[in-house]
Amino acid sequence: MRVGIPRGMLFYHYYPLWRTFFSELGAETAVSPATNKEVLGRGVAEAVDETCLPVKIFYGHVAWLLERGIDVVFVPRLVSVEKGAYICPKLLGLPDMIRNHFRLDGKIIDVTVNLNRKPRQLYRAVYETGRLFTKRPDCIYRAFCRGLECLKQYEKLLQRGLWPEEALAVMENRSGSREEKEKEGERLNLALIGHVYNLYDGYASMNLLTKLNRMGVRVFTPETLPWYLIQQRAATLPKPLFWTLGKRMVGAAFHYLADPTIHGVIYYVAAFGCGPDSFTADIVSRQARRLRKPFLLLTVDEHSGEAGLVTRLEAFVDMVRWRLEKDENNLPAHG
Amino acid sequence: MKITFPHMGNMYICVRALLEYLDLDVVVPPPTSKRTLTLGTAVAPEFACLPLKINLGNFIEARELGADTVIMAGGRGPCRFGYYAQIEKGILEDLGMELKMLVIEPPQKSVREFLQEIKDTAGGKSWWTIIRAIRFGWEKIKAVDEIEKEVMRLRAREEKTGVVDAVYREALQAVDRAGSYEELKGAVREAKERLAAVPLRKEEDDILRIGITGEIYTLLEPFANLDIERKLGRMGVEVERSIMLSEWIDEHLFLGLARHNHGHETKRAARPYINHFVGGHGQETLGSVNRYWQQGFDGVIQLMPFTCMPEIVAQSVLPRAREELDMPVLTLIVDEHTGEAGFITRLEAFVDLLRHRKERKREGKLVVPVGRA
Repeated sequence: MRVGIPRGMLFYHYYPLWRTFFSELGAETAVSPATNKEVLGRGVAEAVDETCLPVKIFYGHVAWLLERGIDVVFVPRLVSVEKGAYICPKLLGLPDMIRNHFRLDGKIIDVTVNLNRKPRQLYRAVYETGRLFTKRPDCIYRAFCRGLECLKQYEKLLQRGLWPEEALAVMENRSGSREEKEKEGERLNLALIGHVYNLYDGYASMNLLTKLNRMGVRVFTPETLPWYLIQQRAATLPKPLFWTLGKRMVGAAFHYLADPTIHGVIYYVAAFGCGPDSFTADIVSRQARRLRKPFLLLTVDEHSGEAGLVTRLEAFVDMVRWRLEKDENNLPAHG
Repeated sequence: MKITFPHMGNMYICVRALLEYLDLDVVVPPPTSKRTLTLGTAVAPEFACLPLKINLGNFIEARELGADTVIMAGGRGPCRFGYYAQIEKGILEDLGMELKMLVIEPPQKSVREFLQEIKDTAGGKSWWTIIRAIRFGWEKIKAVDEIEKEVMRLRAREEKTGVVDAVYREALQAVDRAGSYEELKGAVREAKERLAAVPLRKEEDDILRIGITGEIYTLLEPFANLDIERKLGRMGVEVERSIMLSEWIDEHLFLGLARHNHGHETKRAARPYINHFVGGHGQETLGSVNRYWQQGFDGVIQLMPFTCMPEIVAQSVLPRAREELDMPVLTLIVDEHTGEAGFITRLEAFVDLLRHRKERKREGKLVVPVGRA
């Protein structure tokens, strides 16, 4: 059985786990390519206009896979991955959206992962998925443990500062280091806060990371921070956020805003119309203003032009650099 | 201390009844208007959803009238509404317009704790009084819903346009004024008698039935939905709303204890399309479409604020339900930029389409499958 895995949404959070799990069970997996013009175009055409860019891109990846003769698409319903928080309504409904739009009844693996109340529910989801390939629970369990090991290894690589694609390349023994243009004395430390599906999707983000690197900026992302630290920072909020990804972004942003070695924060909301981000961006920008830290809020969607993005980035980087050189606070802190 | 709260349709009637029963000083915000929205939009995050912007406007206007404390409902997500109170507090604080927030957070912070907070606020009222106050507010909202349902049925049938609405307006005032159960009962009785006496048209053939479903706030707040029920009523459409205020209060604040909602049936009806809770009322929207189809409605309208997450999920799945059930569904999205003329045009086109379908059906002719309405 050929299982199609769309390279979208939480792919860069969990792919090593998924791949190892399926291959241990003897299933063949097919992964869609990095987002390109064709994928985005298909996604925009297939999804409803009101939804956000990452969901549209996800539709595009599913469409790409379906044209390549796969047997089932893997779209797990990730309701909640921790106690007391959800992912987001669109991710809750994603399997239903995909199933009904592409008429995939029976051709979709949409097991539910909901750890909000019952952590043990995870094993049921794993077992349900594994049963499609083998009848032996011990095999399923072993495959899952192997998967978890890979996931841990992957997360370690991310914490060391590798980007997901690089980490995946390292794990597959492909070489994949990025050329960083280092100029001594010109180094600028900027935090780039965003969802994995926006930050590391080179096409959606218009290679934001590479662009910043070329400008001599050293980029810090939420992925380099351990989860407990993010939790700690996010716990300073008056009410715990009930979106795991939102909490991740707010926690990381709060950490970097308070870190004196970080010169500025770019809050990257690559999804016009992202519900949770409309709130987290508000919380974070208020905090940035309080701490007088240079702060740039970027919102992008499928209509955004690259030139405009570059101009804004350049202006922001210049502004941070001047503030640094002159050691003055009277320059505006907002890009 | 002066307490205020956000508007949501006729909710002010029950909240005022509850708070005044406890001898608290209540400031009802001025009815939501263009000004309210403008004030709210100016200070709210650009991509926040419409109800948050209107809420903020309500608070600012109530503050102008001297309010210093706000009562707000909370939630556990994943719909953004659950975090409204905290965002609103942050915004108002930064503007130097501080208001104390009392938030009902079911059930992490239990209803009991909230009552304790009200009790402290109310100062020395016994539990018994508080329970009676809640019951009184609850009875009022049930009365309002009862009258409203009748109004939605009669608007399509009245002989002279506007008579029903005039009675309705006075009935709401009477319910709002009622200070005891007797007066409340009297107000409802009188409203019903007067509604029953409204002269109706003779012919009933051309009356359409449309179910309105979608996001709760836009369903209940006439300002947010551009008074869609009245507009449809005057086009000769009998309207049914998928969730009434009393049902929402039972579901959201009483945790279903009053057994005054049909959420379970609606969720079951949604199962072929959305098989899981998606936040807000996204799943119920699909369930309502299915139920309206079972009940032989002519069409369904889905209402939502721009960028509403649960309703976008529903909207993405709707095309299939529309096709399989052969049920016309119109999705209307509102925000601060919605223009009334365009809105009316779309409603008229939809109603025309439904009327045409109905005629063809009656003549026994083939009905063209619905496309995008």
